[in-house]
Amino acid sequence: MSGEVVLEARSLVKWFPTGSSKLLNRPTDMLQAVDGVSFSLDRGTTLAVVGESGCGKSTLGRLLARLIEPTSGSVILDGTDVTAASSKELLALRRDIQVVFQDPYACLNPRHSIGQSIGTPIRIQKTLSRAGEKERVRELMGLVGLNPEHYNRFPHEFSGGQRQRAGIARALALSPKVIVADEPVSALDVSIQAQILNLMEDLQRQLGLSYVFIAHDLSVVRHIADRVAVMYLGKIVEIGDPESVYDTTAHPYSRALLSAVPVADPRNASRRTRIVLTGDVPSPVDPPSGCRFRTRCPKAEARCATEEPLLVDAPGRRAGEHLVACHFPD
Amino acid sequence: MIFFVLRRSFFAIVLLLIVSAFTFVIFSALPSDPAALTCGKNCRPEVIESNRERLGYDRPLVEQYGAYMKGIFAGRTYGEEGSSIHCSAPSLGYSYDRHECVTTLIASTLPVTASIALGAFVLWMVIGVGLGTLAALKRGRWQDRVATAFSVIGVSLPTFFLGLIFIMVFVIWTGLLPFPRYTGLTENPVEWFMSLLLPWFVLAIISAATYVRMTRNGILEVMNEEFVRLGIAKGLPRRRLIVTYVLRAALVPIVTIAGLDFAFLLGGALVTESIFNLPGLGKLTLAAVINSDLPILVATTMVSAVFIVVANTVVDILYGYLDPRVRVK
Amino acid sequence: MTLLSVRDLRVTFGTADGDVHAVKGVSFDVSPGETVAIVGESGSGKSVTANSLLRLNFGADVRTSGQVLLEGRDILAMSDEEVRHVRGREVAMIFQDPLTALNPFYSVGRQIGEAYAVHHPEASKKELREIALDSLHKVGIPEPGKRIDQHPHEFSGGMRQRIVIAIALVNSPKILIADEPTTALDVTVQAQILELIAAMQAEHGSAVILITHDLGVVAEITERVMVMYAGRVVESAAVADAFVTPTHPYTRGLLKSVKSLDSVRHERLESIPGIPPSLINLPSGCPFHPRCAHADSLAGRCSTEVPELRRVGPGSSACHLPDERLLNLLGGAHER
Repeated sequence: MSGEVVLEARSLVKWFPTGSSKLLNRPTDMLQAVDGVSFSLDRGTTLAVVGESGCGKSTLGRLLARLIEPTSGSVILDGTDVTAASSKELLALRRDIQVVFQDPYACLNPRHSIGQSIGTPIRIQKTLSRAGEKERVRELMGLVGLNPEHYNRFPHEFSGGQRQRAGIARALALSPKVIVADEPVSALDVSIQAQILNLMEDLQRQLGLSYVFIAHDLSVVRHIADRVAVMYLGKIVEIGDPESVYDTTAHPYSRALLSAVPVADPRNASRRTRIVLTGDVPSPVDPPSGCRFRTRCPKAEARCATEEPLLVDAPGRRAGEHLVACHFPD
Repeated sequence: MIFFVLRRSFFAIVLLLIVSAFTFVIFSALPSDPAALTCGKNCRPEVIESNRERLGYDRPLVEQYGAYMKGIFAGRTYGEEGSSIHCSAPSLGYSYDRHECVTTLIASTLPVTASIALGAFVLWMVIGVGLGTLAALKRGRWQDRVATAFSVIGVSLPTFFLGLIFIMVFVIWTGLLPFPRYTGLTENPVEWFMSLLLPWFVLAIISAATYVRMTRNGILEVMNEEFVRLGIAKGLPRRRLIVTYVLRAALVPIVTIAGLDFAFLLGGALVTESIFNLPGLGKLTLAAVINSDLPILVATTMVSAVFIVVANTVVDILYGYLDPRVRVK
Repeated sequence: MTLLSVRDLRVTFGTADGDVHAVKGVSFDVSPGETVAIVGESGSGKSVTANSLLRLNFGADVRTSGQVLLEGRDILAMSDEEVRHVRGREVAMIFQDPLTALNPFYSVGRQIGEAYAVHHPEASKKELREIALDSLHKVGIPEPGKRIDQHPHEFSGGMRQRIVIAIALVNSPKILIADEPTTALDVTVQAQILELIAAMQAEHGSAVILITHDLGVVAEITERVMVMYAGRVVESAAVADAFVTPTHPYTRGLLKSVKSLDSVRHERLESIPGIPPSLINLPSGCPFHPRCAHADSLAGRCSTEVPELRRVGPGSSACHLPDERLLNLLGGAHER
């Protein structure tokens, strides 16, 4: 990938205190939600972050938008260190990075009209007058495929897909450079998912947006990702260009994840050899030593328990094209 | 589990210390001079000063608090030899207004309040949970409407009003009951029961109103839970489903609130005790407020606080027992 | 031989906003040991249909008509006590969310034992424990002896769904209804659960009715599929036919919107325009016509006349378009 980097994560770590000692309520354990994640996102492209529940992908999203503070590491947005910004600077930085949530209800106040909700970031940041705000909101509504005439309607009068359009419009209100989309289509019906994915692609092309797209399975992101990162227990285990990751998968976890996706074409179903992982994801409070995936890995050997694999170029790939963290990559 | 109980108890004690200190400071900060209140209007300044010294109000606040706390465990003697007054442990102070140790006063009023609280509590749980369950199971039918009406009326009726109506109807008009005159349980159980019947019902009806609503809503909420649907899909008989699935789940939060309400009631039912002329903690407190009897006020506040903190702790421990999800591993 | 026969099932919920016509005349048959899928998006009536089979639709004003014949006996006409003996014994159910489907107050062993004891009152405590242990072992819970006395919150989502399956299968029912059994689970766990359901079906010989919105899941484990839209069955066919040569425009749109692992970067997804209809104010005529690309070609017939499910090629389809157009014009969901 060439191009200018718009967002960069450097060794991001987020540990949440959890549990307590017996007599005093002092935290004794740390939930290692995100544990040393680095990547860079080129302007106008999409990075997909994929993983199952508990892998830390949502925490990562919230760290990038600095909705929560990292334990260590930094986020660089267009050359500025977001993590070091003062609260005043942060307000300005917030314009440049916005979040779209899985449940659009989370950012739509049920007592406010949809137009008011979409305009909220403008009012907070005071970038426009009241009249200007209204005009901008109507423009945004048109942009995401909502009828601007419906400005005064309330969220419950809209369908799930329309609400997600409103959530996207709200994220666009301040003309951000980067949008973190946290499972934006997971709660929607299949026929509506496609509409929203297409919309996001159109907006990216029109507005030159960059996306961090968080998803729980690999099929959703196949269409929109320019780069795919697979996370497991707080770490990126594989990252690379989608063609390379999908077709020449290097990490055993990614392979399992890919093979687990049910395929709607009966002709294809038999073509794929399914790898069914045994057991569940271990607790992020007490992750396995060495390679975190080793407890479920069909390839695990003694070395995996003692030595943590680093994220390095997969064998036979161009530098930076496709990285994997595994002692025995394919 | 044992650690959980220990930890909770430890925190309860710390909390009580804080509450007692806080109460003490607040009452000391009041503009009224406690020493001046010890004798009548035409008091000579020398008497006030000598009383101040006898009661220890001339000492710094911290020292006063220390003496107070020490009194609780070791008893306390006011004044010099000869004219001294001794209040044995646990001493909660001395009421100059009544010329008695506060502990003695509380000890004589507490059984009354406990009798009222216990009976009312049993009644209101039976009425509240019973009616609430009935309303939920017969949702939308006349039973539900009756229960809801009861709940609305109970919530909106002031205690004194209901109390007076009860006295009018049961004592004055029909003469079914004698006017309540409190008799100790050990003295005459039948009279004890009769004298408390009206206050029990008054308190129970008013408190039960909230419980009807809580129980009804709790049950209806649980009935929508997926696990109840699974219970039905298993083929469980309705009665068993209601008892082991629905009530079991719906009553957990109610038990919690009931424990706190009961503790609150133990601190004295001010209005009810006054209407029915019952010599309980509430009436003692009310009289103390009117007479600015600070030692009694400090003591009753602390006694109430003890009940609430203890109830809180018990409820927390009970909650862990009732709901496996909050049980500590 | 038919095990279950549903005839003209209709379910209406009375609400403050008006009547919600959730199911509008659904008929289908299930043979012993067969796997049938009912596919649809939210509001299609698939879950309401499934719940009707055991009379599990609750609410102040639910009106159900039609017949649900289990080996000839109409479940909808049974007394409450008779239905109770069908539930869990002859027809069992798996719910969508394993996190909320288990009673949080009782140990999992007790809940499995209870499901057996309801229909076998003679069973002793010791027997019930044996049965629960055995069930836990069969559904793949490691160390069942240690886990049997634990409470649901001590298990992961996937493990809890295994326990729900153990409960459903403890009486070896004739029919297992699985309502979105993997929707709440992670993909790798989903694969485990689907395998488990298939294995359990093979062992108990139960028929499975799978309710899902996920066409991928359907293709994985079922033989026959019914596609529902706005309370009606719009297409019914063998999975191989429905997915390779769908006849109804809606099925085709649905298949096209499915994101494929084999697609190309930034390729546009085909999508069905518009949004699903309100079940209170259904469009006149064919409920799909406002979103259908072919609706204009039939001179207004689609907006006035409700199409009946009729035989088209190897399956059935509810569309006014003539057979040859359904078979040829729409055929091949995977053509590019």
